[in-house]
Amino acid sequence: MSPNIQHRMTRWILILSGLFCLVLVVGIIALCTGAAGIDINTIPAILMTGGSSAEYSILMEIRLPRILLGMAIGGALSLAGTLLQGMFRNPLVEPYTLGISGGASLGVCINILFKCYAVIGIIAYPLFGFAGASLVIFLVYSLNRSNTHVKSNRMLLTGVMISYVASSLVMLLMALSHTDDLQNIVLWIMGSLDEPNTQLIQVACIGSVIGLFISYFFCMDLNALTLGDEEATSLGVNTARTKKILFIVASFLTGLSVSVAGIIMFVGLIVPHFVRMLTGPDHRILLAASFLAGAAFLTASDVIARVIIAPLELPVGVITGIIGGIMFIWALSRRQVSL
Amino acid sequence: MTSKNIKPVLNVKSLNFGYKGASILKDISFCINPEEFVAVIGPNGSGKTTLIKTILKHEIPDSGTIQILENDISCLSSRDLAMHISAVMQAIDPTAMKVRDYVLLGRMPFFRKYQFFETRQDLDIAQKYMELTGIAHLADSQMTQISGGERQLCAIAKALTQEPDLLVLDEPTSHLDITHQKTILDLITTLKKELSLTILMVLHDLNLAAEYADRLILLSKETKTIFSSGTPEDVLTQNHIQTVYRTQIKVEPNPVTGKPWIFIINDMNPHE
Repeated sequence: MSPNIQHRMTRWILILSGLFCLVLVVGIIALCTGAAGIDINTIPAILMTGGSSAEYSILMEIRLPRILLGMAIGGALSLAGTLLQGMFRNPLVEPYTLGISGGASLGVCINILFKCYAVIGIIAYPLFGFAGASLVIFLVYSLNRSNTHVKSNRMLLTGVMISYVASSLVMLLMALSHTDDLQNIVLWIMGSLDEPNTQLIQVACIGSVIGLFISYFFCMDLNALTLGDEEATSLGVNTARTKKILFIVASFLTGLSVSVAGIIMFVGLIVPHFVRMLTGPDHRILLAASFLAGAAFLTASDVIARVIIAPLELPVGVITGIIGGIMFIWALSRRQVSL
Repeated sequence: MTSKNIKPVLNVKSLNFGYKGASILKDISFCINPEEFVAVIGPNGSGKTTLIKTILKHEIPDSGTIQILENDISCLSSRDLAMHISAVMQAIDPTAMKVRDYVLLGRMPFFRKYQFFETRQDLDIAQKYMELTGIAHLADSQMTQISGGERQLCAIAKALTQEPDLLVLDEPTSHLDITHQKTILDLITTLKKELSLTILMVLHDLNLAAEYADRLILLSKETKTIFSSGTPEDVLTQNHIQTVYRTQIKVEPNPVTGKPWIFIINDMNPHE
């Protein structure tokens, strides 16, 4: 093998193992952080003895599920961001800026209001989120596909407008709803990783890994798509089919995240942006690296959200929103020429 | 050459293409034989690029057939088509990508299902064409940091890395200065001989087309059909050009090569 390619392989393996360790470290820190004030040194002992102690159930039944959920959703959101950025060839695109999160939240609100979860069970949340997300993604795509040159700016504007429309509709639904539904919606919209339903946590974990797995079948297609649709076609990519499948994967990941954790902004923007600086634009490494980095980032943000005004806790979306909003403006000002 | 025994590489038969009710290509038929360099010329809006796009399946024609080595392209998957035809499009958007990785994308159509990494052979092929096109020294540079001419060479290296039966180029020299225009067309002519390439190229510049192509296809904007096709001497006559381009020109043989040379006459500056 040529030394350059071997060098690339080594680099990729290093990056992936580095990020994996980062996820582990953040996970351990998150496990040690919390209102119960469990000392780090005692944790191994608590875990070893297992069973019935109160500390054990705090660790395993409250903190661990929350950490796993944070990782799954962080991974899912930044993977969705990476997929969308690759397909739209625009680094400012992500589930939130394209209005996909907004669409998903509208879907989930409809579900709460019409009590669809009572009919088809808890799975109604991700299903309605997915439906709302796919609707928006196809809307944004079909509204912007005509003119190749204005596309990127117009697309972002369309996305922002759709976000506004979706959040207005959510407010409309809230105004029309009964008090107990209203409380449900408000709690969910605040966006937090404090999800009591283990079934939803399992769905989120398995779903996001499946999303990553499917995306990998298209990593070379995504590399070709960064050259544009026509170039990709000339390289043998069935662009229409690839895009359709990846749009579905991105809406699935977004719908899943929004339905479980509410709207968490900008994870899909910040994480892929920095990961791309580290890995370069090759999706063979970018997909997995973004997933891992997203998992670490959201878990870390959640730790900050939990400790910053302890004993109260902030919605994690506030933390990612502040970091991400600033990042967005920074990236925009840096790219003003080439956008 | 006796045309009966030779299988054409590309065979276009009565192709029609329209967009929003307006006809763009009408009854286009032509063949390209192995190792031929055919240039498509014609005024702006005569459908040159559209013709190329139908051959690359970026656009689907309303009627007519296009065959590559006797395979109807409408029956080929984009992947199979990419093993037969590769393309260099007009302007290449600079993507943040290393030159080597960019050229290696040309091996994509040959990846087996679920293959994620280039084989040793893929790397050797890419290396070979980077050397032939003279960009091997740029292999580790970013596509965004090289010049437009170099980027065009990278696109050609990528297209060659696909090892196509037909190489299609859409105005590969349109944004370049004369040095780079000559470099690229000289290179393509040399590679055509060395690698026995078959080439279809859209060219805006009639003099370049006359100088480099074996055969020309002149498209008319008025009728949307092929106005004339044949050797440069046959196609580039004063009469043909003045009719199709509706402009005053004069054709003389190039004093060095003897190929037709088109002179533009400035009517604003009357001369005795």
